[in-house]
Amino acid sequence: MSNTRQSRKTPPRSTKSAQSRRRFLTDMARTACGVGLFGVGIAVYSKSASALPASAIRPPGALPEEDFLAACTRCGICVRECPYDILRLGRLSDDVPTGTPYFTARTDPCQMCEDIPCIPHCPTGALDHKLTDINNARMGLAVVVDQENCIAFRGLRCEVCFNICPIRGKDGAISLEYRHNARSGMHAMFIPVVHSDACTGCGLCEKACILEEAAIKVFPTHLAKGELGHHYRLGWEQKNQAGKSLVTPDVEHHYNMPEGVHYDYQNAEITVDPEKAPATDKALDTLNKGIREAE
Amino acid sequence: MKLSRRDFIKSQAAAAAATAAGVTLPTIAKTEHKPDPDIRWDKTACRFCGTGCSVLVGVKNGRVVATQGDPDAPVNKGLNCIKGYFLTKIMYGKDRLTKPLLRKKNGVYDKNGDFEEVSWDEAFKTMADKWVAARKAKGPKGVGMFGSGQWTIWEGYAASKLMKAGFRSNSLEPNARHCMASAVGAFMRAFGIDEPMGCYDDMELGEVFVLWGSNMAEMHPILWSRITDTRLTKPGSEVHVLSTFTHRSCELADNKLIFKPQTDLAISNYIANYIIQNKAYNKEFIDAHVNFTKTPTDIGYGLRADDPREKAAKNRAKGKLSKISFDEYAKSVSKYTLEYTSKLSGVPKENLLKLAKVYADPNKKVASYWTMGFNQHTRGVWVNGNVYNIHLLMGKIAEPGNSPFSLTGQPSACGTAREVGTFTHRLPADYVTKKDEHCKFAEKIWKLPAGTIPRANGKTDGKEQSDISGKPMGKTLIHAVAMHRALHDGKMNCFWVQCNNNLQAAANFNGESWPGWRNPDNFIAVTDPYPTVSAMGADLVLPTAMWAEKEGAYGNSERRTQFWRQQVKAPGEAKSDLWQIMEFSKYVKVADVWPADLIAKMPEYQDKTLFDVLYKNGQVDKFPKIQVTDDRGNKYDNDESEHFGFYVQKGLFEEYRRFQLEGKKKGHEMAPYDDYHRARGIRWPVINGKETLWRYREGYDPHVRELNPNVKKGDVYFYGKKDGKANIIFAPYEPAAEPPDDEFDLWLSTGRVLEHWHSGSMTRRVPELYRAVPHALVYMNPKDARKRRLRDGSKVRVISRRGEIISRVTTRGRNKPPQGLIFVPWFDAGRLINKVTLDQTDPLSKETDYKKCAVKVVKA
Amino acid sequence: MAADLNNPGADAIAAKGWFKAHKWLLLRRMSQIGILLLFLLGPLAGVWIIKGNLSSSLLLETVPLTDPLLFLQILAAGFTGLTIDAVIGAAIVLAFYWLVGGRVYCSWVCPVNMVTDAADWLRRKFDIKGGARFHRHTRLWMLALVLILSAVTGSLAYELINPVSLFHRGLFFGMTLGWVVILGIFLFDLLVSKRGWCSHLCPMGAFYGLIGKFSLIRVRADARDQCNDCAECFVVCPEARILPPVLKGEQTGVPAVVLSGDCTNCGRCIDICAKDVFHFGTRFGDSSNPAAAKIGDKPSAVNQ
Repeated sequence: MSNTRQSRKTPPRSTKSAQSRRRFLTDMARTACGVGLFGVGIAVYSKSASALPASAIRPPGALPEEDFLAACTRCGICVRECPYDILRLGRLSDDVPTGTPYFTARTDPCQMCEDIPCIPHCPTGALDHKLTDINNARMGLAVVVDQENCIAFRGLRCEVCFNICPIRGKDGAISLEYRHNARSGMHAMFIPVVHSDACTGCGLCEKACILEEAAIKVFPTHLAKGELGHHYRLGWEQKNQAGKSLVTPDVEHHYNMPEGVHYDYQNAEITVDPEKAPATDKALDTLNKGIREAE
Repeated sequence: MKLSRRDFIKSQAAAAAATAAGVTLPTIAKTEHKPDPDIRWDKTACRFCGTGCSVLVGVKNGRVVATQGDPDAPVNKGLNCIKGYFLTKIMYGKDRLTKPLLRKKNGVYDKNGDFEEVSWDEAFKTMADKWVAARKAKGPKGVGMFGSGQWTIWEGYAASKLMKAGFRSNSLEPNARHCMASAVGAFMRAFGIDEPMGCYDDMELGEVFVLWGSNMAEMHPILWSRITDTRLTKPGSEVHVLSTFTHRSCELADNKLIFKPQTDLAISNYIANYIIQNKAYNKEFIDAHVNFTKTPTDIGYGLRADDPREKAAKNRAKGKLSKISFDEYAKSVSKYTLEYTSKLSGVPKENLLKLAKVYADPNKKVASYWTMGFNQHTRGVWVNGNVYNIHLLMGKIAEPGNSPFSLTGQPSACGTAREVGTFTHRLPADYVTKKDEHCKFAEKIWKLPAGTIPRANGKTDGKEQSDISGKPMGKTLIHAVAMHRALHDGKMNCFWVQCNNNLQAAANFNGESWPGWRNPDNFIAVTDPYPTVSAMGADLVLPTAMWAEKEGAYGNSERRTQFWRQQVKAPGEAKSDLWQIMEFSKYVKVADVWPADLIAKMPEYQDKTLFDVLYKNGQVDKFPKIQVTDDRGNKYDNDESEHFGFYVQKGLFEEYRRFQLEGKKKGHEMAPYDDYHRARGIRWPVINGKETLWRYREGYDPHVRELNPNVKKGDVYFYGKKDGKANIIFAPYEPAAEPPDDEFDLWLSTGRVLEHWHSGSMTRRVPELYRAVPHALVYMNPKDARKRRLRDGSKVRVISRRGEIISRVTTRGRNKPPQGLIFVPWFDAGRLINKVTLDQTDPLSKETDYKKCAVKVVKA
Repeated sequence: MAADLNNPGADAIAAKGWFKAHKWLLLRRMSQIGILLLFLLGPLAGVWIIKGNLSSSLLLETVPLTDPLLFLQILAAGFTGLTIDAVIGAAIVLAFYWLVGGRVYCSWVCPVNMVTDAADWLRRKFDIKGGARFHRHTRLWMLALVLILSAVTGSLAYELINPVSLFHRGLFFGMTLGWVVILGIFLFDLLVSKRGWCSHLCPMGAFYGLIGKFSLIRVRADARDQCNDCAECFVVCPEARILPPVLKGEQTGVPAVVLSGDCTNCGRCIDICAKDVFHFGTRFGDSSNPAAAKIGDKPSAVNQ
């Protein structure tokens, strides 16, 4: 800054002989400073202007945001290739980095074309050409952000998000968890649960959400996802992955039990051998009753 | 949302209490709106499906501004489905019709003119001229009316009077013909009384739930949440789902059976066979309460008589039962072995066996549910009956938890369409036009000269009924599909559609409905709140009041009758269907439509209008106009009473009750009018002021002891039949009318989705629902799609022998058809799938089968 | 110097007729507008001859084209996953401008040129003089800056505000505030600095100027002996300093061909010259002193 001020103040006018050389140098300095300052301005602006708002979702196959901003030429070919015309290029007045493609799930979600036409002609690979199965796209992650207003949590039968979700089946992106409605006492609630291992972030659910303001929203994955502490593992998942216990399996236990009664610790189950136990129609009832009395 | 410290402590306490009780409360806080003292709340029934959820409607400044599920209603306990959630918005579409519209050219009616606004007077004058002329020229079938299971009870009743007594025509049908007729047919054949013996409580009391051709998860959302809850919380409970394609209800299924269309006939017989082979049947019950019969076979498909399939049918439309023995029945079903049935239906043996075992297990309570998969079936009456056979063989019927239960599609398919006599063959309260004495009974109540109501065969006391046309009355019954054919052929010249979107809903749009409606000889009137497909096809459009814009009553699937008061005024000049029926009757004179010899029996009717005879008869106009209030002192409008000068709804209802109370037929008794305005619905029969939950069983149903004093405690008595015995009716598997072939290589099934009601005329005007499901897609198996070089989202033509539509394929939708079948919903006015469907019906129930025809799908 | 230098071209029109005196200008405008139309044909008429914009595009669904400067920026930003398409696309564009003249991009393709030409024309019409001066290497600094920015921020930071791509993209994909930037450049050129943007600041011009140093097709002044010193060519030339050495080169041994990379091959000098001194040709031939090809880099006498 001081440099600039100085250079502005001091164009020497008196000595004619040194004028040309001096002027050349000062011009150089002035230009360098001006351009440098301009550069700092852009750099600072770019920091603020490059932050992608949570509502703007990149097209399928988009590289991680940092790489994407380096690679995207802002050409809009993906915009042109989209058969549903959902993509927009950020304009100067938008929150989205100028010229980069994005879509807004609430108004125009990705329709998840099987052939992903937006990708192949991306000139630089900012949209990763290696993505060929749209189900593997991770544009973002749907999150049921407002469980207070999502009417499914109140027991109403909505499930619009679940119904519209294109990743279906056992490993679908949204599943419904049945929950007993303790208030009504006789109805089940159908709670939408999003699974990050399947959700592509297409945003069809956000668009379909019938609330005034969607209760399910697609966010960029890094905003939507938590992360388990590096120091902890989920035991049952580790065991599942390994296919066996990570340490030596438990020994076989033996218990003191009345004759004819078997106790299965793993399943917390008490079974009665009908022949040896006292004769009754419903042995288990009797048994359970006995235990309760003992308490 | 603000949560005060006090609220917080309260919510903590609630959570603690819940935890102690072993339940989990969702970890959410309250977000309720503050009570708004300016909103007037009152109860109504939901406008949509047959579940019958109660809804509180909030009115402010003459407009419905909010609704809420009624927390005190036993059916829904404050809940709603997504359609019910948007009830507030259904009346406020921007394109509400507010004035009568008549096609005109140069100031006069012209079939090819454009719609112009006219006065009600001009509308009804034009219409009355046409109706009187057509009635005179073409006889009782020259005019026709097509009503609805969405009519209020009194609208249906008033229409029944107008047509059957006023116009002396049995050309009255409800859209329930396309919906519940097969169920009705089976009820009548098996039990002699319409409507289920059980109730919704079976959903908590049952253990095993079997869905036969019903996607309750989407079509009866709140009931499905009850079954789901039972499945969730009751150890040992199971859900079995049978369908021709995988749908939302299959998500809960412990046993999913995807069968080839039409083979449900075989599967139901297999189960009967399994029960018999394993001697699991309840012999005591069978001996005491069941007759074995068989029904004629090879009965055709309800197509036009010149169709080769009809010519080939040996017993076209025959249904007279003949008695057989148990052994003969056992022999008849013995063909349906596990092997044979599995091969025919495509359902793996273990799934069939699993299903058969729960029915055959005497210790398991089984509730069977079905809707359109069973009813819209060219053998609908048969297949309904086949499930009754199973329940009757086991005696698993008419007691808590054991219940074959026909779910209704529409909010008042039971309450209106079936109960007040809006079918061509029916009179109020299960009386029928086939029986001379029933007609006479109706004539007595209605204060009409004997012989007014046209008998099904046109004869009273063995003599021909005379007609205004000068010809004998002749046969008078004409069902819905036949009406469209009669319009097409110019045999029926006037048609009035109310409260349903007949043109969009009827099968074979190109071949029958559209040409019939636009036949230059015909005058079509449509009463509608919105410019629907039907309104577009009409010559006269009459704007109507909807739902909370009128005092109304609906009867749901479990015989529960619910009333509501008029909450707001209809926009512009829109008038309720009831007003229209009654007002129109003022434009027709008795002498215009009755022959002289009939009038001679009651000469005082000579110069009267139909209105005077039907509604100002000293009975319907018995109750004076009052200021309608509730017990909180709120005041409500009643525009019909205001206009006609008496309490119209009450008068009609109380006259209708006379049919229930004064006739020979028992078991349809309702409570007095005013009781219903106080209750959250009352389940009939109401006897000694008490509701009946399970019918035909001593203790639960007072009629049993009354009609059979020797009945054992807790035993059943099917008093709808003279000998108190229900019919087990053997009906075999017969193939569908139009199975796929080489060219048309796919089955087409049509149906609904959760988000839209029927033709979408209301729900598609709710922006949020439209956004959620804007268009009807073609649900297709991915392999079928690949074979046709289609992918998810491809634009396709769905083509049948009758027509085609263009839509988009989805292979990732909520419905997952097996290979060889596609599913297309019919709510989309922009993609009229009924251009493609076949106007085949069950020859017995005359109900259209929308679930099975052959199509091909090609890239568009 | 009889001519009115604020309204140059009268002599040429008199000598050659209006059309001949505006031939290259018209062709250039046709080219600029034609390219815009070509890009617009897709979204407006559904005819997809070319997709994208000047940053990157796809010709006839097959030929990839990528702005080589953008390509360099991407490399500078540290992105290494570039597709082969990107390399081919940049190479094609590079080869093309090497052939026809680097800054042909500026005068025949770039839409901003029409804006700045308009500003310059108005400046003459209303006789607006003076304003800020820039060192004539400013745009090279700008070019360096653009690449440094990419490297420092790891993103194509300059593309956030690059008026050229902003304008071109905006025309097809929506402008909003982009118009303000374009208006800014117009006012800047009109009121602040003559030919300020294109000839002094634009880093894209600088980059294409570098290509232009080696490019094939050039403006030649083979008939420079005909020059009547009317100076109208200086007035209309966007890079006026490059012409005098060539015109007066007979004495200094400078060949009769404009070899400066700054020449945009706009052809305005050809149009305006009543004496037909200039014409398009190649850089080769009739060159008495090839070593003097670098002459354009020397400090010029005219530096406006």
